[in-house]
Order: sequence, then structure tokens, then C-alpha cells
Amino acid sequence: MHRRTKEALIKQVFLVTAITSLAVLALIMVFLFMEGTPTFSFVSVKAFLAGLDWYPTDEVRPDYGILPLIAASGAVTVLSSLLAIPLGVMSAVYLAEIASPRVRAVAKPIIEMLASLPSVVLGFFGMVVLAPFLQDFLGIPVGLNLFNASLMLAFMSVPTIASVSEDAIYAVPRELKEASLALGATHLETLARVTVPAALSGIGTAVILGMSRAIGETMVVLMVAGGAAVLPTSLFDPVRPMPASIAAEMAEAPFRSHHYHALFAIAMVLFLVTLGFNVIADYISHKHRQVGSASL
Amino acid sequence: MTNPATPAFSAPAEPPRVSLSIAQGRDIRRKGMEWFVFMLLRGAILIVAAALVVIVGFLVKNGISAISWQFLTEAPRNSMTEGGVWPCIVGTLLLSLGAMGVAVPLGVASAIYLHEYARPGTLMRIIRLGVNNLAGVPSVVFGLFGLALFVTAMKLGVSLAAGWLTLGVLCLPVVIGTAEEALRNVPNTYREASLALGGTKWQTIWRVVLPSALPGILTGTILGVGRAAGETAAIMFTAAVFYTPKMPTSIFSDVMALPYHIYVLATAGTEIEKTRPIQYGTSLVLIALVLGMNLAAILLRAWLQKRHSH
Repeated sequence: MHRRTKEALIKQVFLVTAITSLAVLALIMVFLFMEGTPTFSFVSVKAFLAGLDWYPTDEVRPDYGILPLIAASGAVTVLSSLLAIPLGVMSAVYLAEIASPRVRAVAKPIIEMLASLPSVVLGFFGMVVLAPFLQDFLGIPVGLNLFNASLMLAFMSVPTIASVSEDAIYAVPRELKEASLALGATHLETLARVTVPAALSGIGTAVILGMSRAIGETMVVLMVAGGAAVLPTSLFDPVRPMPASIAAEMAEAPFRSHHYHALFAIAMVLFLVTLGFNVIADYISHKHRQVGSASL
Repeated sequence: MTNPATPAFSAPAEPPRVSLSIAQGRDIRRKGMEWFVFMLLRGAILIVAAALVVIVGFLVKNGISAISWQFLTEAPRNSMTEGGVWPCIVGTLLLSLGAMGVAVPLGVASAIYLHEYARPGTLMRIIRLGVNNLAGVPSVVFGLFGLALFVTAMKLGVSLAAGWLTLGVLCLPVVIGTAEEALRNVPNTYREASLALGGTKWQTIWRVVLPSALPGILTGTILGVGRAAGETAAIMFTAAVFYTPKMPTSIFSDVMALPYHIYVLATAGTEIEKTRPIQYGTSLVLIALVLGMNLAAILLRAWLQKRHSH
């Protein structure tokens, strides 16, 4: 074969493999919609998304309203972010700007290890340790609840938030900080008024990615959130977020039954929400990317 | 915050000694504030570290007594209330290594395209967006996707093969990310030297770039194994079963797996309290496996960085 034809062919082969990820993403969408859309032949989109009752196994009159599941997912995500965002961003600032190289060498692997802890192990910890503790300590009837799940989820999204923000803070051009220090600002003033504002878009990306991780996380909410499909009214109510519902019920749902299709429809909602989060994160990181000091 | 204008205006009217002490006072306050905020930041990282130590420490403390040679090498007995986790260890290793068999060739080839061939532009932007979004897909959605495509449409059934494919695409973004980083760390002078000697692009990649990127790619593979080994939601409908008396014999066998074993014993068993020691023991085996993989990857990367800096 001619050398140039061979080279061109090889390039095409690599292009095709590079498109695999896109193809998988498209296939995920196709299969979710294929198995999910039949849901809307027996329940309207509005009744599905805004319905207050989720009783898919009722033999007489099953209900397929997922508003309690959406509300639960929203609640655990927001609540876990309230803890994870400050912890993650503060850790990132510390690691990128203040820690000595020796502290960094220890702390960064610790964050990576936390990120790699299997979610089922965190769920197990939440069940056997945190739940009884919360029950005793706060005197609440059930330890498996919204608060417990949010706490465990927060520790799952902290590593994502911390490592993405750290990269953003690290990438702030050195001359910006030097200019601020030369004007007599302290290290803290430079951080608060120059470095962190310059890295803000990266930190925003980090926060969105962390929240996207929390909303899609399955095992923790499945084991720890308590599983009641009702709208949460207090911090200590048991809830049933969308991923927990899918994971708990898929095994019992008869193949291609209404219940089966409804679970795929929930997965569709979940997929679209996380896709939205990721597209926004991508948009922010491209739109406001800091390219040298001139674009500030 | 003090208004910085105040001392400047009052300075001429007051004796110099006083304005000096105001300035000093402000400096002390600024330093004090800095000390306080840095302490808060240090506190944040300590909380994160403490979370890891508490979780791992607790599992080690409660799990270590369950670990014995029998526990690691025997099958569960007596409807899983006794015996060991050997089939789960085998299942988890088979699943995660097989998943890498899918993810590494695809991931490394994608990374080669993105880093060596592609020019910045719309196509590259779209491919990257695809990779980033794939990384953000919830694992339970991967599970349903695997169920619909590999288990049902491709008729693989609940099997090792379906698990490999599902976990393989799930780990693809991790492998692409680390492989790209490995390619980025290969100095451009290597490529230029090879091209200057008359090598084609492909010869350069195959004989020069890939060999020097290999340890970095290995790091990514190890991280991928760790990720796949701990994954539960993606395998619960595609590969893992609650209990099977047989060890896997072909790629169409279903398997037991450590993460699913923990989940089932902790939530669905009839004797949740009685099997608590087994649950702790299984969790300990799983985190030893996953954290061990990650530690290996971290050490390998540190060694690589040292080598690059020389």
C-alpha cells in the first residue's frame, strides 16, 4: 500500500474510535428514549412530572407521578452542595495557594482517595454508623433520611469540586498575583480580590460538576435516604431520590411492563438533568476561560 | 473593613506617633485576619482528610476481625450467613479487568486522535463535549443502558460480557483523560527527532510516542480498574447476581461481585444483623482493593513526575 494512503487510513481509524464516546452518548439517549417514551402512552407528561403519587405497583390503579422523586433529588443535591461547596473550594484554595509542597504531597492523594471510595461503601457507612448516631444524637425517629444522605453525598462531591477548582486557581497567571503583592496587599487580600475572582469561572464549573455528581449518585441515596416517595417537609424526612427509585425497583419490574417503562422515563429525566448540568459547566469553562492576563 | 482614607486624612492633624500606631494597628489586624482565614482554610482540608480517616478507620476496625484465610478463599455458605467471599473477589477482578479490555484500546486510540491528530476546531470541540458528558452520566443510567442494549437487544443476558461492555464505556472518559495527559507529557522534541529522521506520523506514534507514554497510560488503566471494581449500580442489572453456586465458566456466566454483595447483605438479606461481620469484612476487602489500586497509581505517577523533571 502506498505510504500516504496508509497514513491517511490510520488517521481515519483513530477518528472513528475517537467518535466512540459520542456514539455511546447517542446510544444511551436512543435506548433511554426507546424504552422510556412508551410511558407517555399511559400517563401524560404533565401527570408524570407533576404527579404527587408514585405507586407503580398498585394493581388496581397504579400512579406514576414522580414529583416527590424530583423534589427529593433536588433536596439532597442542594443540601449536600451547601456543605460540599465551601469545603471543596476552601480546600482547593488552601492546596493551590497556601500549602507547602510537603503538605500538598500528602493532601492531594487524600482527596483522590476520598474520590475513589466506592459509593456502596459510603452508603454502608451511612447506614451502619451515621444513621444510628444521628438517631441517638438528635433524637429523631429514623436515621436514614434526607440529612444523612446529603452528608454522605457532600463527601462524594467534595473531591470533584476541590480538584477542578484547584486546577482553575493554579492556572491564574502569576503576574496578576505579583502585581497585587507589589502594591502592598497581603497574601489573603491578593487571594480574595485577585486570585479567586480570576478563577471564578473554573470554580463555577467545579461546583456544577460536583452537583451533577451528587444528583446522579445512586448507591448512597439508595441505602441512606430512607426510601419514602413523599415530598420532604423537614431535614430529617426519609426521601426517595430518582436514582434510588430506579435502582431499587428495576429488579422487580416485569420486562416491558408499565412500571419498567416508567423507570426508564425517570432515567431519561435524570440523564437530561445531568446532561444539562454538564453542558452548562462546559459552556462556562469555555466562555470565560482565562487566557493569559490580558483577558481579565 | 476600615476605610483606608481615614488615617490618610487624619494624619497631618494628629501627632505622627498616633498615626504610626493606627497604621501598625491596621497591619496587625490585616495579619490577624490573614492568620484566621488561613486557619479556616486549613480546617476545611482537615475535615476532608478526617472524613477519609474516619470512614476507612471505622471499616478497618470493624472489618479486620472478619478477615481470615477462609473468608478470602471460601464460598458463602448457609444462605450467605457464613463462609467467605471468594466468588465475589473473582467476579470483581474479572469484571474490572475485562472492562479495561474494552476501555483501554478505545480510550488510548481516542486520546491519540485528540492529542496527535486533531486540530483545534468544531469537531474536536464536539468530541471533547461528548467525552465530558459521558463522564457525567449517572452510573444507574449506564446500568439501564447496559440492560437495554447489551442484556436485552444484543441478547447477552446478565453476564460477564454485558458487564464488561457497560463498565468499559463507563470507564472510557477516565482512560481517555489519563492517556491524553500521558501523551501531553511526551516532549515534542521526541516527535520532531523521529519525523526529522524520515519517520511517518504513524511510525512516530507507534515507535516513539506510545513507548514513552506507556507508564502514564498504565496509571490510567490502574485508576480505571479501581473505578470499575467499586461500581455497583452499573452492574446490578447487567452482570452481578445475588448468589450463584457456580464459578464463572464462560463470558456468558453471571457472577457475584463485592460491591453488590455488600449492598444485598446490608439491605435485602433476611438476617441483616447476623451478617454484619461479613458486611464489614466484604467492605474492607473492597476498599483494600480500590484504595490499593489508587495508591499504586499515585505512586507510579509520582515516580513518573520525578523522571520527567530530570
